[in-house]
Amino acid sequence: MKTIYKRPEVFTDVNTSYCGGCGHGIVNKLIAELIDEMELREKGILVWPIGCSVYADKYYKMDAICALHGRAPALATGIKRSLPDKFVMVYQGDGDMVSEGMAEIMHAAVRAENFSVIFINNAIYGMTGGQMAPTTLLGQVTSTSPYGRAVASSGYPVNMAEIMANMPGVCYSERVTVNTPQRITATKKALKKAFELQFENKGLSFVEVLSPCPTGWGKKPIDAMKMVDEQLIPIYPLGAFKSPEEVPAK
Amino acid sequence: MGEKVFLQGNVALAESAIRAGCKYFFGYPITPSSEVPEYYARKAQEEGLVFVQGETEVACFNMIAGTAATGKRVMTATAGPGFSLGQEAMSYMAAAGLPAVVVEVMRPGPADGEILASQGDYFQAVKGGGHGDYNTLVLAPCSVQEMCELIQDCFELAEKYRNPVILLSDALLAKMRENVELPGRKEQNCDLSWALTGCAGRKHNVMTTCGDGAAQWEKFNLDLQEKFAKIKANEERWENYQTEDADIILVAYGSMARVAMGAMKLAREAGLKVGLVRPISLWPFPVKAFEGLGDKTFLVTELSAGQMVEDVKLTVPHKENVYFYGRLGGFVPSPKEIFEQIKKLGVK
Repeated sequence: MKTIYKRPEVFTDVNTSYCGGCGHGIVNKLIAELIDEMELREKGILVWPIGCSVYADKYYKMDAICALHGRAPALATGIKRSLPDKFVMVYQGDGDMVSEGMAEIMHAAVRAENFSVIFINNAIYGMTGGQMAPTTLLGQVTSTSPYGRAVASSGYPVNMAEIMANMPGVCYSERVTVNTPQRITATKKALKKAFELQFENKGLSFVEVLSPCPTGWGKKPIDAMKMVDEQLIPIYPLGAFKSPEEVPAK
Repeated sequence: MGEKVFLQGNVALAESAIRAGCKYFFGYPITPSSEVPEYYARKAQEEGLVFVQGETEVACFNMIAGTAATGKRVMTATAGPGFSLGQEAMSYMAAAGLPAVVVEVMRPGPADGEILASQGDYFQAVKGGGHGDYNTLVLAPCSVQEMCELIQDCFELAEKYRNPVILLSDALLAKMRENVELPGRKEQNCDLSWALTGCAGRKHNVMTTCGDGAAQWEKFNLDLQEKFAKIKANEERWENYQTEDADIILVAYGSMARVAMGAMKLAREAGLKVGLVRPISLWPFPVKAFEGLGDKTFLVTELSAGQMVEDVKLTVPHKENVYFYGRLGGFVPSPKEIFEQIKKLGVK
């Protein structure tokens, strides 16, 4: 009998702390599948953030460390410079990366660090209970924008994938999402490309994943999936903003 | 021992760190510590070092945490404001058990302050400047020679206890030039089974600094406290000079100990029985240095408004016998100025 589907080997038996309908769990599983398929388990270090994925270091049978809030790209710099031949993955949410750690991600890109950054954008702070993020949409109601995010007080959403594509030190930047089966497959393809690029000495590879947050958004899971289409994608368009083919090795 | 050379404190320190096998340096330029990153940058190619100038001290302290997590010897050097920015990561490294070495070259604060000599960051270094219950070992040299030796010890202590270690320097020591015998090359020799290197042929290592409920996190904290108790019991360092027959004992560390030594000589020449306790480890504070000195009068001198003096008062049995004299803003008192203070105490 041929096995056509199984639980990824790299996963531990620990239950995740993610809510039902959350995109983190889907992306975590895609990462696990790729680690198995690309045989990265014994040659990689995973760097996790502060946010809803704070306990993800417990989900994988892999060397891992949880960074301080926002500092994962700096911590990963110390790791990758010490172990340039190893696979180093940085995983960050939008509060972690775009608010607390904007300097760290930008300068990891400036330095063209050879690691992959997976950016989960759900336009809200999930872990702390649904507050406004820099990625929160205009008019979006959160617990710290109870009347909707207003430009006058809070400015505009931040388009990280486009910003990263403009950095010479970034070799690949794509925005994907996980609200349909086809898009989940496309996300896996993007993650795979980002992982492969680590070993080509072309600099930082970046994948932004638009992720539904039913709990934070106050929606049923299916409505959260729809909100990705109706509200997030118009502001955060999907697609590759920089292809590695355009970028020579350092 | 190696050759005798005339070197600036910062340069001698950097060279000694390289000889201690510290091949990784992450730093941000800040006076009066900048010669350390400059030296590493210059030597990177011929010595096969990794040098990265980070965007902020916040980043640099996290970078050294990353390299320390892989088990390699790593260091940063900074001063006052930069050290403040690094405190979040100091707390993190203490929790994660990361053996990084931090050189803090004190300059007078608060804020940007001045770039002259100071000892105003004692509290921040010794009491744990970051959040939570943690300690870092702190060693304070008083000469360029001692700086060379202590920086090498810092790496061994960091690995022995899997804890960050601070070498507490100041603008005077960092910028002065002295004749030194540079220490020899050292090899790293410690258990690295905990390090993050990719889990080939072993169970995976996870370094977490996040709690999972009060029971788990209290246990985590108690384990840390047990480690700190062990360090306290084993790692006190100090030097006592002519304390046995002394009526008055000066207490001073780092640059200020050199001044106090001069003052002690002036006092002895004038027939006053004065001694000196020079703490070398500031954390753990050398409590044992004060054993048998309970009935003496102490004059604590610092380049601060009075920080270490609190630890002296906690240590000696009669805190009413502890006096303080300090200068601020970058002034370094002369031995004569301290001698005048000794005379004022009115002890024969």
